[in-house]
Amino acid sequence: MGDTKELETARTLEAIASEKYKYGFVTDIEAESVPPGLSEDVIRLISAKKGEPDWLLEWRLKAYRHWLTMTEPTWAFIHYPPIDYQQIVYYSAPKKKGDGPKSLEEVDPQLLETYAKLGIPLNEQKALAGVAVDAVFDSVSVATTFRETLAKEGIVFCSFSEAVKTHPELVRKYLGSVVPYSDNYFATLNSAVFSDGSFCYIPKGIRCPMELSTYFRINAAQTGQFERTLIVADEGATVSYLEGCTAPMRDENQLHAAVVELVAMDNATIKYSTIQNWYPGDEEGKGGIYNFVTKRGKCAGHHSHISWTQVETGSAITWKYPSCILLGDHSVGEFYSVAMVNHFQQADTGTKMIHIGKDTSSTIVSKGISAGRGQNSYRGQVKILPGADHARNFTQCDSLLIGDKCGAHTFPYIEVKNPTAHMEHEATTSKVGEDQLFYLNQRGIDDENALSMIVNGFCKQVFRELPMEFAVEATKLLSISLEGSVG
Amino acid sequence: MTDVIDIQDTYAESFARLSARRGRSGPAWVQALREAGLEHFRRVGFPTLRDEDWRFTNVKPIAQTPFVLPEPPAGKLGADALQPLLIAGLQPAARLVFVDGCYSTELSDTSALPVGVSVQSVAQALDADPATIQSHMGLAAEAESDPFIALNAAFLEDGAFVRFADNTTLKRPIVLLSVATRRAQAAMTHPRNLIVVGRSCEATVIEHYASAGGEVYLTNAVTELVVGDNSTVHHYVLELESEQAFNLQTLKIRQGRDTTVNSHTALLGGAIVRNNVHPIMDGENGHCLLNGLYVPRGRQHMDSFMFVEHARPHCDSRQFYKGILADRAGAVFSGRIKVHPGAQKTDAKQTNQNLLLSGEATVDTKPQLEIYADDVKCTHGATVGELDEQAMYYLQARGISADAARAMLTYAFAAESLERMNVPAIGELVGRELLSRLPRGRLLAHLLESV
Repeated sequence: MGDTKELETARTLEAIASEKYKYGFVTDIEAESVPPGLSEDVIRLISAKKGEPDWLLEWRLKAYRHWLTMTEPTWAFIHYPPIDYQQIVYYSAPKKKGDGPKSLEEVDPQLLETYAKLGIPLNEQKALAGVAVDAVFDSVSVATTFRETLAKEGIVFCSFSEAVKTHPELVRKYLGSVVPYSDNYFATLNSAVFSDGSFCYIPKGIRCPMELSTYFRINAAQTGQFERTLIVADEGATVSYLEGCTAPMRDENQLHAAVVELVAMDNATIKYSTIQNWYPGDEEGKGGIYNFVTKRGKCAGHHSHISWTQVETGSAITWKYPSCILLGDHSVGEFYSVAMVNHFQQADTGTKMIHIGKDTSSTIVSKGISAGRGQNSYRGQVKILPGADHARNFTQCDSLLIGDKCGAHTFPYIEVKNPTAHMEHEATTSKVGEDQLFYLNQRGIDDENALSMIVNGFCKQVFRELPMEFAVEATKLLSISLEGSVG
Repeated sequence: MTDVIDIQDTYAESFARLSARRGRSGPAWVQALREAGLEHFRRVGFPTLRDEDWRFTNVKPIAQTPFVLPEPPAGKLGADALQPLLIAGLQPAARLVFVDGCYSTELSDTSALPVGVSVQSVAQALDADPATIQSHMGLAAEAESDPFIALNAAFLEDGAFVRFADNTTLKRPIVLLSVATRRAQAAMTHPRNLIVVGRSCEATVIEHYASAGGEVYLTNAVTELVVGDNSTVHHYVLELESEQAFNLQTLKIRQGRDTTVNSHTALLGGAIVRNNVHPIMDGENGHCLLNGLYVPRGRQHMDSFMFVEHARPHCDSRQFYKGILADRAGAVFSGRIKVHPGAQKTDAKQTNQNLLLSGEATVDTKPQLEIYADDVKCTHGATVGELDEQAMYYLQARGISADAARAMLTYAFAAESLERMNVPAIGELVGRELLSRLPRGRLLAHLLESV
């Protein structure tokens, strides 16, 4: 290609570099926060504020004591300055008026405005979109819709703290059953200080009539957010859960260490979709969210099915490995991921598929896109234990490089202890082909649209796993992130 | 933990004894290399499962055995005892034999070498040509990169020094044969080989490890291969030792411009085997092939650790490693491709295929890509599985017994690797060894020979 092309490329790369985060704004709400720092007293305070039973406080303290013995993991392919855990505010809730809102009218109008800016279909759009939103503003959920429709089916969908009060037996039974309090550094920290999150229980034989959705938002400055999500699908139940994230612009890094646990019983299906679009930091790599998330699903029953789909475009650092434990015979685990890094973003993400039951199968499709000076790593593990007869795995991880200063890495681990297992792993790395661009240019499609088409084609396998409204948003997000970055 | 530290002390003792025996002879830089190696090993100790590079290979049996340096004289090995160890049908240009790590002048034969090729022991060369050795040794294999390389440097004493002058072509191979004899105490040897190939050469070097009575012992070899511009080198590692022996070998390759390196590895013997191959493609238009076959059985454990570095543009690399595992054997494959910034137009491929013949065999495979340039084509693939049921059925339906069918399909799986080996005698030898391990394999071997 000629010099003009290169010039154009340089110019368009500049354009992407100047692309501003479109969801940056701060809502000023008097936050009810505890002082920064972490100690047993802070945990007791959090627990007391939320009026939790003794067993939960004990569980938190156990986690905290264990956390003190642990060290921060260093194996991931990410670099960041050390985190001072004593500088973080571990609890922050929007101030309540009386006993908390009973309907949308009672919700702080400033909050509703924030949601409106984000385009969350909470208000008049809720009926149109058909989405039940359990909106988490910082750490406490303020409004839940479609509760009645769900209640009719016997479905429990509420904030975590509410579930602790209304369904303590379910929470106690399943909390920590997939991600134990001692699991890893960040999950243990979360177990000690988690503020709120979502809880969902689908009873036997029920197919959830709508997509369940939570929009998480980080707001108060220097507040780490530690949600905890627990979804249980009982025998024969089916549920699809959406998680979407945006965060206001901030100069200091914010720590986010969430835990998501999924439990699927016999013949149950859980589909968990995420769009993560947190503030990635500016073009110099300043600021941005540190996203250290532990997500794990347990296919406890036979013929159970857990599917993770994620589109990761935000955060300065992403450290996330949605995993499946395939315990039940004939259970199925799936992982579909698109991870995009730009500027100085770093992502180390992937999955773990642990085959324990017979005839279990898993599929991994991971698409990594690196641009700017971004570093993108796929890290995955497929483990086939001796009892997992006829287990099957298919893994495909592809990387696309845009520009010559970024990096794309793959670190798969495959451990097979059963001869009847069939596993295949494929990975490719390539850049957007000049001939592909040329072909599209020839047909009157400009560079930007051509790139968008190519990248969307590259990600199609993952996007088609997303629920409709998410797929639209994901495509939009990706083309925003890609604006002008023709290589 | 304490016993491991004690064992490290025995290495320090061995080192002290060796230094005393050697006196003050030898160049100062060699002594410095040895001391740095020991110092590094003393600091880091043996790797554990917590080390990422050793995650799946437990070297405790090595760490807990008090190996000693074989005191002179070297074990006796007659010419008649050597005969069965030689590769049938192979006519080498030169053969260097090391018995328990010591160079044996009687058993070696370097008389037929053409002009331009020199083959001698490192100990000899240190006296005769120290400058060449100094300018290459320890540059490709840094002691810091691996505790076993550090240990090798600490006990650097002997090995083979092969040198090709510019514009030398030698089609017949040079064989470096290491033989272990039976000794009273578990012995350790640390061969250090240096192969320096000039510009526009063609060379074939075979490293062959075998046992003649020796059972439990440690071989910790390091080979540095420097390939000059426009040269082609074929390198073979044949691991045919006793199934109680511990074998670690490292091949570090530095490739110049327009070079081709074909590295072939066949692992059959050894209790714990670690095979490190680390080519650095440091010139444009380099080609590198890493072809490997590992066939562990019983409780053998074989770890193939590849690290391919693309440091310059327009290079391609191919890794083809295949494994056949029986009984309670274990195998590990780590393939890492690193494409440095600026190494555009890199074309790197990696495949690792494993055949499990038993329910208790385990495979851990870790194909990794690390890429810092955008105009590259990199792929990796890994498969693990058992023999195809339909193919078995097809053969059995035609009156072939299950054992024979299994032998045929297993051999067919390995054949691809064997056919890549351009020295036919080696492919045939490995094929025969493989078949002798399979029920009804001998019948198939017989049929293959009569064709």
